[in-house]
Order: sequence, then structure tokens, then C-alpha cells
Amino acid sequence: MNLAIRDIRHKLSRFLLTAVGIGLLLMIVMGMAGIYQGLSEDALNFLNRAKADLWVVQRGTRGPFAEISRIPWSLEDRVYAVTGVARARAFVSHTIQREYQGKPLRIVVQGLAWPGDNGNELPLIAGRAMGQAHYEMLADRTLSLHLGDCIPLGKDVYTVVGITTGMTGPSGDGFAFFTIPDSIAIQYDTPGEAIRLEREARRSRLKKQDLGNTQPTLLERATGPTSQLPALGTQNVSAIMVNVAPGVDPARVAKVISGWSDVTVYPNNAQRDLMLKSIERNRRQLGLFRNLLVIVSAIIMTLILYTLTLDKIHDIAMLKLMGARNRTVVALILQQALLLGTLGYGLAYWIGLWVFPYFPRRVAITTENLVQLALIVLAISVLSSLLGIWKAMSVQPNEILS
Amino acid sequence: MRTIIQSDAPSVVAQSLTRIYGRGNTEVVAMREVSFHVRRGEIVALLGPSGAGKSTLLTAIGLINPPTSGKITISGCLVMDGPRPLVDIRAFRRKYLGFVFQKANLIPFLSALENVQVALEINDVRPRKARKRALELLDYLGVADRSHSLPSTLSGGQQQRVAVARALANNPSLILADEPTAALDSHRGRQVMELFRMVAHEQKAGVIVVTHDHRALDIFDRILEMEDGMLRPSTTGPSSCGAETQA
Repeated sequence: MNLAIRDIRHKLSRFLLTAVGIGLLLMIVMGMAGIYQGLSEDALNFLNRAKADLWVVQRGTRGPFAEISRIPWSLEDRVYAVTGVARARAFVSHTIQREYQGKPLRIVVQGLAWPGDNGNELPLIAGRAMGQAHYEMLADRTLSLHLGDCIPLGKDVYTVVGITTGMTGPSGDGFAFFTIPDSIAIQYDTPGEAIRLEREARRSRLKKQDLGNTQPTLLERATGPTSQLPALGTQNVSAIMVNVAPGVDPARVAKVISGWSDVTVYPNNAQRDLMLKSIERNRRQLGLFRNLLVIVSAIIMTLILYTLTLDKIHDIAMLKLMGARNRTVVALILQQALLLGTLGYGLAYWIGLWVFPYFPRRVAITTENLVQLALIVLAISVLSSLLGIWKAMSVQPNEILS
Repeated sequence: MRTIIQSDAPSVVAQSLTRIYGRGNTEVVAMREVSFHVRRGEIVALLGPSGAGKSTLLTAIGLINPPTSGKITISGCLVMDGPRPLVDIRAFRRKYLGFVFQKANLIPFLSALENVQVALEINDVRPRKARKRALELLDYLGVADRSHSLPSTLSGGQQQRVAVARALANNPSLILADEPTAALDSHRGRQVMELFRMVAHEQKAGVIVVTHDHRALDIFDRILEMEDGMLRPSTTGPSSCGAETQA
């Protein structure tokens, strides 16, 4: 006869309510672990998908994911010329916030080197890759945009032609992919008045120099578009992604490019480490919070099981009087603890399946995390029952007489 | 430790049992040099005013509170020599002793049947066999129709019958009852006492009943009276034969 089940059956509603409480607590622990995992995955998502062997960034900076990096777009051609380089792609990344349909819309703008990279390697769940050099975009589904949506950014309007999934940055903001010229145009969008003022300032500065006075044509062009000033203006990108040819050692190519005084080269795993370091504080905070929640859960479960045991002191004394072995009494408490933990864990998972998709940040529940939490719950159940077991063991049969 | 039980030996033999609580100035002698025996199939009443030491004696014989000195032999097996147990007390209680109290003390989350069954399963009886035996006992005691009821839905008399069934479950050699009819009306109280008599005679178990109910003393084979922690010659009922009374 299973005494634990009989006792639970007798006070079923109380046990179920307790299990729901434990379940909600464990769901939060599970959610924290999921957010922790999601943070890491989001941070590395693009790096993993980009599959670059090397990242060429502005000299002395740590790359586009850690801080601002600006290098001339023309560097792409210079890198291409290095022996052993199979592919070099310019990369632009910056975050913008605009208002769309009355709501704030935060986008991590990513520039793709169209037509070589049109986004067809991205995880598209709807629509298609980019089919033209301008005014098209691919949006991650976390941005809540739809196919055909027209988004005004800067002075142009971009049409959503594809929806990706799982493409978010470390901050949780969704990625949107444009061609590099479009992403630069979005990044450096300035109001017309600012452009006019800058052109006038440029003309004024030039007039004070010999160059301006001796080159009237240049003075004339200084008031025109920046793109018409080859000697003064250039388009910057965030980084160049490099893939080496098969059989070529990336370290050898990196050594060559590192010799250039204007750039720094990182292998992909170094960029990955930098990325993880940039979110380390958030990760540690979440991890600490999760550990605290585990401790709180353990304390609450201990108190619940202790109270459940206190309720049965008289019955335990009677069982001992009848000659019940210690293992019968221990099993009664331990089985209830394990049932409570198992039911709580199951409820946590089930509730989480419904609730986690509504969390503002991605909650990545992995099998590894689920197994880890299951082991934690098992340990909590066993440990939390120890106080109850200790109390039960100290009960004397003569307490039945009191 | 191997326990050898003699089926023809008395249910219990108590020799010079003494129980002292506290030490020095706070020392209280709850039981002094008590000796007696109860034969198999015999039902004995233990009378005495409150504080006389009846419960102390009962719990000492029941291996719940060990005596400070003296010997207890149950069914021919010496189980206590002073405060020192000579057997695995819990295992011995499980197999050879049955208890009934003023309150039935049924486990509230078990049905009447399960309350009896659990006593058997604790003693390693297989569940199916335990269930069959429990049903037989409930039938024997006239509460088979309430076998699936929880204790909270049973009357006081029914609860006490289930408690008796539980005490009988493992065919104990000795049944100890501490005021089992105190919570019952006189009619039901007498019914329960008659039940003990029937059990003692039919199951060949020794039964010791602590009681204040003088109306049912005719049921007992023998009456022991305690006062100030000592047994004294009985002034009521049949005889006090078997009690080694002190001067």
C-alpha cells in the first residue's frame, strides 16, 4: 500500500494547489535559464550563420558587435586581393529606433553584400531573398512586420520581402537585412537642412585653405553631394567578413592582413569570445538570479514538506507504534517530495510552453537545460524532504498517547 | 537477534517493574516493583485512580516506555531487562503486540479496510493476503459494510471496532487497551469489552484493559488494581489471582 499516494488523495486539492505554486516557481527558474540560453544564442546566432573565417575591423577596436567600427568599404577589394582569400564581404551593423504604426520599432540594421549575399542563407520562414539592389528588406519575425509591409526609413521606403526567424541581437532586438548601400543610407540619414548646413560649412572650411582657393572646381563641388567628392568622402562599413580558400590556413591570411596599419583582424572564435564577453554581465546577472530562485524554491519546498510532515506526526507515531520500519516512514515523506517536485516540474514545463512565447525576450529551452533543471528539482526534492524525515525520525511512538 | 516465542508460555510476565522519572529532588516513582502475569486467552482489567501508574505499566509492557528496572517476558521471550531491550523492539511490537487506545487513532487518510491492511503490510504480509485478512477481521467485528469508509465518516463505536481489528491483525500474543471505552456510551462500551473477551478467548491472546468503567467488570477473567505505582489486592470483581502483590 502506498501511503504517500493515499495521503495525497485525501488532501488532493491542497496538494494540487501546492504543486501549482511550486510549478510556477520552477517555471520562472526554467524561464530564467531559457533567457540566459537565449541571450547566448542570440548573441552568437549571426556569427554562427555568417560562417566567416576572419573579421577585419577598424584598427584598435573589438569589432562591430562590441563597439563602433568604421572601415572604408573599398577595404573589401583590398582583402580580396590577398592570396588565399576566397570571399570577402562587407558587413554593416547598427541599431536604429523608429516609430511604425504608432509604436516604437527597434531594428538591428544588417547590411548584406548584394548580389553576392542576397540573404538566401538566412533562415527564411516566409517570402524570398532580396531580388534587387535597393528598397527591399528581410525582417526577423520578432519585429512583427509582415510580407509586403512598407517601412519608411530615412528618405526611402523599404518593402519587406522575406521573414526570418531566430535572427536577433544580444539585446533582443530583431535583425533586418538590407543591401549595404541601403543600410549605409539608413545609418547616415540626415535631414535636408543638416545637409545644406554641412555643405556650407564644408565650403567655408575649404575657402580658408589654399586648396580651396587654387582649385575652384573643388570649391564648387564642396557644396554638392558627398559622393561627388572622391577625395573627401568615402562610404564606411562596420567590418569585412573573410572566407579563406579550402586548404588555406586562416592564421596565415590573418597574419598578412594584420600587417596593414589601419585594421585589426580577428578569427571567428575570437569574435565569438568578444561577443560573449560583451553580454557577460547580463549573463552573470541572469545566472545569479536563477541560482537565487533555485535556493528560494528549495526553501519553500522544504517548508511545505516540513508542514506536510507536521500534519502527519500523530499518524507517524501510530505507524511507529504498530512497528513500522523507518523506511516506511521515510518513503512516505520522500515519495511525496518527489511527486511534488515531479508534478511541479511538469506544470512548469507545460505552463512555460504557453507563456514563454509571450516573453519580450526569446526564451530558448534546450534539452540540456531541461535535464539540468530536472536534476536540480530531483536534488531539491530529496534535500527538502530531509528536514521532514528528520522530524519524522524523531517522533516517538508514545506521542500517540498525548 | 533471534526471537524465540513459546506458544504455551504466558502472554506476559512482569517481574519487579519500576519506573522512575527525573532525578534527585525531582525524582518521581511512577511504578514500584510491579510483578504479575497474564495467561494466553485471559482478559485482565487494570483499575486504579488517575496517577496510579496504569498507563506507565501499560506502556512499559507495550515496549513504548522502558522500565527503569525489572524484567518483561512476552510469550516466553525475555524482551526487557531493565531499560535495556533484548530484542528489536519495533519488530517485536509489530509481530506480537496489539494496541487499542481511548481514541481509535485511525490513520485519517486510510479507509477502515486500509487501516487494518496497513498493520499487516507493515508486517510483510503480501497486499492481496493482507486485504483478505483485513476484510475477514472487519467482518468478524461487524464493520465489514463500512470497510471503504474513511474514519471521519465512522461513528465512535465503529472506529473503535476498526482499531480492535487493527490490533488483532497480526495475531498478537498480547493486546493492550488503554481506556478503550472512555469515549463510548455504556451500551457501546460494553459491546467493545465483550469484543475483547471474545478476542481473548477465541484468538488465545492475553488482553490487558485499563478501564475506569466498573459496570463491565464482570466481563474480565481477573482484575488488577494499582495505587501509588503499586499493585494491590483487588477489592472489586472476580479475583486478583496472578498478581504478585506487594506488601
